[in-house]
Amino acid sequence: MVALQKDTFCLGDVELTSRLLTGTGKFASRDSIPSMLEASGSEMITVALRRVDPDGTRKNILEYIPDSVHLLANTSGARTAQEAVRIARIAREAGCGRFIKIEVITDMKYLLPDNHETLLATETLAKEGFIVLPYMMPDITVSRQLSDAGAAAVMPLGSPIGTNRGLEMKPMLKRIIAGSSIPVVVDAGIGRPSQAAEAMEMGADAVLVNTAIATSQDPVMAGRSFALAVKAGRMAYLAEMAERKEYADASSPLTGFLGE
Amino acid sequence: MKIHLNGKPVEVQSRTLELLIPERGLHPDALIVELNSKLIKKENWAETILREGDTLELLNFVGGG
Repeated sequence: MVALQKDTFCLGDVELTSRLLTGTGKFASRDSIPSMLEASGSEMITVALRRVDPDGTRKNILEYIPDSVHLLANTSGARTAQEAVRIARIAREAGCGRFIKIEVITDMKYLLPDNHETLLATETLAKEGFIVLPYMMPDITVSRQLSDAGAAAVMPLGSPIGTNRGLEMKPMLKRIIAGSSIPVVVDAGIGRPSQAAEAMEMGADAVLVNTAIATSQDPVMAGRSFALAVKAGRMAYLAEMAERKEYADASSPLTGFLGE
Repeated sequence: MKIHLNGKPVEVQSRTLELLIPERGLHPDALIVELNSKLIKKENWAETILREGDTLELLNFVGGG
């Protein structure tokens, strides 16, 4: 049995204990981000890079994130590999560290990632020493290609970003998890702790949850609930739960007293 | 002089990057500056001279998933 306190996983050469990655988007009050991080135990959180808002008086987002938490810059806004590479380089030079979540999106209705451009960006950035975490459309072949290209993990989506629809891609996620030689982080669409637990029970190495926590009425409580669900799901996976059965299988002996 | 600032043509007075930031009403903290596709570190802002037609991107980290 794997001792749960030693049940860590690695993204590149960085070892993480928490299997819940979080995000900084959509918070009604960003003041709740530090408490959410503490309550959830999340050790990695995403940020985005944008042009400054000349009218913006809001505090720098990085000030809400404790030094102990790894920053994961995303390349949101990129429509091509080239744009993603540019954002990644700026983020690293601006002090955001080596982690980069590649997010290349051209489909603006469902915000689905462009796997081809994502693979091209992964190839370039992995060679440049980034710890590359590509957000991807669940596809076994592409998952393998991303691994070969040097990705530190693959991040297939559960369902479209911000939809809270859970694991719409479940069968394909299962296949990716079964065949992947690098960690699988289910990203996007996880809207309930039960859905996070489901991903972890299936054997996902981690999940990334932003919208569901940030847009709840109590992001701190939500963060904690996701942390517990992720842990429960992980424990269930390690415990190797028995398969579903078609017919009843009595839990109590059926013979030995009445009617015999 | 006219430069391209965050994708728009604008008329600016300041000759250096350091002077331009307050001219645009921006706070230098956490500002990321890319001039003609090259990142300029804060310690070099004062000596970075702006020229007609420069392409300047003023960026910062924001909330995102």
